[in-house]
Amino acid sequence: MSDINSYRRKFLGGLAGTAAVATVAPGVFLREVQAKPAGEAVSEKVRWGMLIDINKLDDGGDACIEACKKEHGWGNDPKSNDAQQAQWIRKVKVTEKMTGHEVTLPVMCQHCETAPCVDVCPTGASMKRADGIVQVNKHICIGCRYCMMACPYKARSFVHETIVDQRPDTPRGKGTVESCNMCVNRVDEGKNPACVDAAPQAMLFGDLNDDDSPISQALKKFGGTQIRADLGLNTGVRYWGI
Amino acid sequence: MATQVTFSEVKNNGLGYWGVLGFFGLLVLGGVFAFLHMHEGHYTTGMNNQVVWGIPHVFAIFLIVAASGAANIATIGTVFGQDVYKPQGRLSLALAGSLLFGGLVVLLLDLGSLGHVIEMAKGALNFKSIFAWNMILYSGFLLIITLYNWTMMDRRKIAKKLYKPLGIVNMAWRFMLTMGTGSIFGFLVARQYYDAAILAPLFIVSSYVFGTAIYSLVLMASFKLTGRDLGDIVLNRLRNSMAVYLVLVLFFEMTRHLTNLYATEHHAVEAYILTGDSIFTSLFWYGQIILGSLVPMFLVWCRFFKNNRLAHVTAAVLAVIGGMIQIYVILIGGQSFPLILFPNAEVSSAFFDGVNNAYTATMSEYLLGIGGVGLAVALVIVGMKGLRLLPTSLADDVIDPLNLEKK
Ligand code: SF4
Ligand code: SF4
Repeated sequence: MSDINSYRRKFLGGLAGTAAVATVAPGVFLREVQAKPAGEAVSEKVRWGMLIDINKLDDGGDACIEACKKEHGWGNDPKSNDAQQAQWIRKVKVTEKMTGHEVTLPVMCQHCETAPCVDVCPTGASMKRADGIVQVNKHICIGCRYCMMACPYKARSFVHETIVDQRPDTPRGKGTVESCNMCVNRVDEGKNPACVDAAPQAMLFGDLNDDDSPISQALKKFGGTQIRADLGLNTGVRYWGI
Repeated sequence: MATQVTFSEVKNNGLGYWGVLGFFGLLVLGGVFAFLHMHEGHYTTGMNNQVVWGIPHVFAIFLIVAASGAANIATIGTVFGQDVYKPQGRLSLALAGSLLFGGLVVLLLDLGSLGHVIEMAKGALNFKSIFAWNMILYSGFLLIITLYNWTMMDRRKIAKKLYKPLGIVNMAWRFMLTMGTGSIFGFLVARQYYDAAILAPLFIVSSYVFGTAIYSLVLMASFKLTGRDLGDIVLNRLRNSMAVYLVLVLFFEMTRHLTNLYATEHHAVEAYILTGDSIFTSLFWYGQIILGSLVPMFLVWCRFFKNNRLAHVTAAVLAVIGGMIQIYVILIGGQSFPLILFPNAEVSSAFFDGVNNAYTATMSEYLLGIGGVGLAVALVIVGMKGLRLLPTSLADDVIDPLNLEKK
């Protein structure tokens, strides 16, 4: 394609200069203009993200966790022991060694832009949607757990037993891996993720690629911390107050 | 010279043959039983959401790495033209294929569901994943060693012609395969213990140790049980090379830990493995280093044990155990150390953040792993009966009729 385009460009350019291009072959010219900033074309689409102000979470995130459990039905698998229990979102207490300063924050899948879990997955089950949401396609996940090894945030869980009584919008399956999917089911219906609705005073959900969205505005003004920013994963979940 | 060595199938039809085969068959049955048990779901195992790869993976990785090393015997004969090794090529390759197969079966059955295995075979592959590449490398390896072994066993001209080229392809492929297996860890940037490029070459030298040790054991056992002559020339080559490989592994292990110690962010995990009070520290020092490396080296090189076969067997068994421990410490120890979410801070949660994760394997996990070993050995035993894998004799005067090796 690009060969053809560059051929056309040369050919048409040689013919009568740029002005001629616009008149002789407007379609080609327009495509050229769009194709060049290819990165921007993608970035003009949605990238869903979340901003969490942990100072405003007086319960440290308990309400969010409960809402997530209720929405997706994890966390109460009867046969699994504590270490085998799924955990899509958890409350982490962080105590800085030098100062003793203590904060509590909810940690879930950070919806990395360059997601290690997606890169390592042998079947492509671990995937990132065009809108930035990272999730597992249960149908082709073989349960190898390589993505769990690769995720820096311990965001993923393996389902250790047969699941009964599933939520209609959240299929869970024995022998597959799962993690926070930013409530795709709700987002696709134009709703907020469940955790955001459970703590609206502290959490903001929106399109990071839309400069006018409240989340983009807030991040532009005050920035937002990524956990393990050093890994360069450009996470979709950002924090205030760490 | 070595080219005159003749080969024959195992003729023994008595209790001996079927007894040995039956024993390893029982191990396979144990593995099948374990799989059926784990089919219930992984809650039946000791693996969990913190230690996600367990004993089955230790066995699988060990077998796969060992497979590459076992094929090295054939490589030395073909590519480096060592006559002592040439007649051993067939067994070496048959063993390599069987070990790889055994390891793969364990890896696949650990998925806990045949449906998943079939999905894997149908293969939607993500070519960014080293795992997917490994699947290609493993299947390719099985194909290559089959062809390569055929060039050794067929008398036709075409086979003779392809012998050396395939030997070289096999060597290169093995190199990639072992690197690829080591690289599984290399992609786990956030896991402190795996964040080192040196794991790939470490796996290569380790493969030589595992493969040579297992090969020696299989060679000695099969010759003894089928009443064939096995001379000291062959055995001394094997035991010496195993000891040299052990030195290399120690060297790479030392380099790995020293470079890790050089990087401040890895101090904590190094301290955890090398000086901590966890099981991994004892396993590393007593298991891998002393029992699995130094003692076998002593048994090989101490003059007192010259030509002593019991010492050789013991050394090989210890090297195998040490190798398993090595993989265990890397795999389980590395996962046991918590992920660092916030450097310079202490973290805790209801999901085991900031704690050293415990792992206790259940019986079924061991059975599955051992089943893979059983399968590998059983395949070799069956192979020996169906194919002319074993030389009729590897006595010193067959290997070295001109007495060139004798000092
Ligand atoms: S946080 Fe983990 S599971 Fe989520 S996208 Fe990043 S690597 Fe994948
Ligand atoms: S467990 Fe599933 S999603 Fe994760 S890497 Fe394996 S196949 Fe992919």
